[in-house]
Amino acid sequence: MQSQESMRMKLNYRTVIFAIAIVFGLFFSAPSLLQLKDGKKITLGLDLQGGLHLLLGVKTEEATKSRVKSIAASIKHYTEREDILVDALTFDESSISFSLLDPDDVKRVKNYLKDTIGISIDVNGESFLLELTPEEVVRTQKQAVDQAIETIRNRLDQFGLAEPEVARQGDDKILVQLAGIKTQEDEQRARELISRAAKLELMAVDEDRAARVQNMSYADAAAYGDIILDDVKNPAIKYLVREIPILDGGMLTDASMGFDQNNRPLINFKLNAEGAEIFGDFTGKNVGKRLAVVLDGKVYSAPNINERIGGGSGQISGSYTVEEAKDLAIALRSGALLAPIYVMEKRSVGPSLGADSIKASMIALIGGFGLVVLFMMFYYRAAGVVANIALVANLFIILAVMSLFGATLTLPGMAGIVLTVGMAVDANVIISERIRELLHEGKSVHKAIEEGYSNAIRAILDANITTLIAAVVLYAYGTGAIKGFAVTISIGILASMLTAILGTHGIYQLLEARIQKSKNNLFWFGIRESK
Amino acid sequence: MEFFKYTRPFNFMGKSKLALAISIFMLIASIVTLSTKGLNYGIDFAGGTIIQVKYNVDAPIDEMREKLKSNELFDGASITKFGTADEVVIRMKTATSSISVDIGDVAREALEGTGEYEIRRVDIVGPKVGNELKEKGIMSLVLATIGILIYVAFRFEWRFAVASIIALVHDITIAMGAIALVGLDVNLDVLAALLTILGYSLNDTIIIFDRIRENITDSKNTQLSEVIDESITKTLSRTTLTSLTTFLVVFMLFMFGGEIIHAFAFTLLVGIIVGTYSSIFMASPMLLWFGFDVRAYHVKLADKAKRELEKQQMRDQFESGVM
Repeated sequence: MQSQESMRMKLNYRTVIFAIAIVFGLFFSAPSLLQLKDGKKITLGLDLQGGLHLLLGVKTEEATKSRVKSIAASIKHYTEREDILVDALTFDESSISFSLLDPDDVKRVKNYLKDTIGISIDVNGESFLLELTPEEVVRTQKQAVDQAIETIRNRLDQFGLAEPEVARQGDDKILVQLAGIKTQEDEQRARELISRAAKLELMAVDEDRAARVQNMSYADAAAYGDIILDDVKNPAIKYLVREIPILDGGMLTDASMGFDQNNRPLINFKLNAEGAEIFGDFTGKNVGKRLAVVLDGKVYSAPNINERIGGGSGQISGSYTVEEAKDLAIALRSGALLAPIYVMEKRSVGPSLGADSIKASMIALIGGFGLVVLFMMFYYRAAGVVANIALVANLFIILAVMSLFGATLTLPGMAGIVLTVGMAVDANVIISERIRELLHEGKSVHKAIEEGYSNAIRAILDANITTLIAAVVLYAYGTGAIKGFAVTISIGILASMLTAILGTHGIYQLLEARIQKSKNNLFWFGIRESK
Repeated sequence: MEFFKYTRPFNFMGKSKLALAISIFMLIASIVTLSTKGLNYGIDFAGGTIIQVKYNVDAPIDEMREKLKSNELFDGASITKFGTADEVVIRMKTATSSISVDIGDVAREALEGTGEYEIRRVDIVGPKVGNELKEKGIMSLVLATIGILIYVAFRFEWRFAVASIIALVHDITIAMGAIALVGLDVNLDVLAALLTILGYSLNDTIIIFDRIRENITDSKNTQLSEVIDESITKTLSRTTLTSLTTFLVVFMLFMFGGEIIHAFAFTLLVGIIVGTYSSIFMASPMLLWFGFDVRAYHVKLADKAKRELEKQQMRDQFESGVM
């Protein structure tokens, strides 16, 4: 009667929780393991699937310079419209100076400048000295970074890659992660798209001196308030243009690829109302002269102005391929970079290397896993099998949790999983050793199991929490792929506490009656009775 | 099967002087290696460029060198085999910062005519990023150590905490010495391995400490060295088994995990061995050297229990009084 009672396996809450954990593990790791279409999956890191990781710096000092330049351009436009005569309008990195010929204009110009934010104005008689305020410098630089992030994101979104990631890092750095770049050509296109300043300027050709450009030095040109620019196709062709542009790409509202009458690709652009007005005014006043279309410091074309051009649209022709024209249009449309960017860190992994890494770490995982499983069964017999069940459950739970959170699996992350296999059995080793000890002391199976667990738990907790501390620090201070290691090892530790402490205890409680009855400690725990 | 069947305690503490001598020797050897040979910082910390090239046959390293000489971007570049004979890495101390001109593309063109190859990896780390990573790396080691120190002091006693931290410094120093000796590139992955050793080695130490604490509290034996011997012996199976299983899987990583994970696995292998050794032979005797007094500890525990009891009594009185 009594034996029948004890032979029945008793369900207990530990077994139930463990069973739920296993089902959870199987269910949520399935999409990743079986590569199902639906469900949340683990994303592979760039080092495993191949891709491009770029940490970009922003040359913010260039942004303040172009801010100064655009203020100078607006002063020029204003004074020309109002017929105010200006002498020697010059600018450097952070200041603009000019003087007026007619003292009566001073008040008007002062009034006009009042609306320009972020500059300090110093008037001495008829000469003006404008300087960017320190706050304005900071603001401009911050804006340059914000705008660079926005611009790069826009460009990459239109490039057609799966899930480009663009994020700010620190104050002035930009992290770009492009997974799924498969070929060298893709990578090059992406890089060019990111780095393209796409700074469009419409500039007046200095027709009075243009004929002499071939004999002019840059210093000569600067003395006239001009600069010398190269032709985009043929650097030998030089253009002498006024340094202060008529207008720039900031007034651009749209750009798209089109074709000319000979079916060659070109780019159509549209200006906003302000730009259209400036453009109209200028072309109206300068019929017969040339207008240079300048992109990133190169002259793309310099057509003659035949008549006033209203409506604010224009074209950039040049001999590019359809792809180049498309990328250029994307770059123009998503806006210019206020400041140039440069590479601080780049990591690119080819897809074949990623595949090799996956293969190698899978071999290590399976090999390591196999060795541990065999060893545990050999050493602990049935107790080893119980520990192995916990180990397998542990693996599935790691994968499930990672899938649920959409965590990224990197190569160090794979190493973390392999390492977890070695360390996860630790809890079971501690417990099994305790049980053996207590059995040697002559305790009953029930007592040995219960006391074994209660004694072991404290040690397991202390030991695992310290490893967890190291892992958390690693996550906080690690970058990129290393974070993946911290993630897998942390999840692994937590999962192992669940499976080892709760799970295996439940199994023992389930089997306790049988173990007691069989009196075969060699089979169940791998030990011979001590005399 | 049982490796160590407990009959009576091994005399570990009797060997502690010998162990101390070995440890001091290893530490000095490591420090000498570190200060003469130095750590070989990889590009993560020193900045620089790595280009990994795979050929479909054995890589023609001499021919590659010749080709790369033609471009000044590759001045001072070194070419070494990477794992297998068909794969090489080109290492440079310089880092290009232009986005549109990519050193990988330049290398591809420069190597033209050396056979069929594929550029599989290009890593560029600028000097600024390298310095930042180095600072962060040192910070993370320090922070992890402090965090662990606080936890152990909180859970055990300050002498346990100091002993475990000294054991950790011992382990990390020897592991770094081994890295310097072999001349491995120290990159972020090695740092990760060092932090793992930190956690892992402590794991072992704590299991033993836990048993010492338990035995101190439970047994009537006030001879600390005997308590320690008994505790280490009783946990010896566990210590060796866990170290063995962990060693096995890391060894698998080392053998089959691929060249990229090599330095990481190597560091861990050294760390597991040294960590296990230090837990048994270094951390525990230190309790003796620090003058941990079992009797005083008993008194402290008794005091604490008494205070708890008093508190409980007061609470009971208070509650019954209110009733």
